[in-house]
Amino acid sequence: MSMPAADSLSVVVEREFPYPAEKIWRALTQPHLIQEWLMQNDFKPVLDHRFNLRADWGAVDCRVVAVEPHKTLSYTWAAYGLESVVTWTLAPTSTGTHLRMEQSGFRQDQQQAYRGAKGGWQKFFAGLEKVVGGLS
Amino acid sequence: MRAEPNTVLKSLSDPTRRALFERLSREGELTVHALTAPSGVSQPAVSKHLHGLKAAGLVRDRRDGRETYYRAMPDGLTPLFDWLKFYSTFWQSRFDRLGDLLKRMDQ
Repeated sequence: MSMPAADSLSVVVEREFPYPAEKIWRALTQPHLIQEWLMQNDFKPVLDHRFNLRADWGAVDCRVVAVEPHKTLSYTWAAYGLESVVTWTLAPTSTGTHLRMEQSGFRQDQQQAYRGAKGGWQKFFAGLEKVVGGLS
Repeated sequence: MRAEPNTVLKSLSDPTRRALFERLSREGELTVHALTAPSGVSQPAVSKHLHGLKAAGLVRDRRDGRETYYRAMPDGLTPLFDWLKFYSTFWQSRFDRLGDLLKRMDQ
């Protein structure tokens, strides 16, 4: 079984697309386009806007926490008993756009605890390898 | 019984609880006394933290005479790994669909 990143519990997916950031931004922020690749939604690219994502496996409660057109979009993502934060980052390249998604499994208060003990977490996850090695 | 990932994370977000769990992971079964000695925390506080870890499914206890022994439960971390595994697969497939959509938007 693979270990989470040494310093945080997060999922990162990155991909390069041969399109300008403006176009990808539309796919990330227009409800009828979001629906095509992610889930049914009532999204608006407005700070503090609360919205739902709905799929056959359940609903996700979200709130927009950062919007910087064509550059970054961030929203909370509460589902499966864990509130996380999904952050999209768009960076222009010579041939298109590098798109990065990071879903971080910490709530606000936990992020504070995490920042307060960053070294501790690293040591913690390193020390866990032995335990995790025993997982099937 | 399987704890939710939030319960596990919440439990481990406390530095004292994390240190206790880390020590049990490293050193195996220990008594409350042994866990209290170097922690700089009172025994009732250590016991309280251990109960919290137990509720989150991260440790298990065993009484022997006057001593209570604790050990780490590796399976207690499974909700976190399930969460990571689910979302890794989920986002990979959504990136594929996003790529398909962007291609269609060209036409």
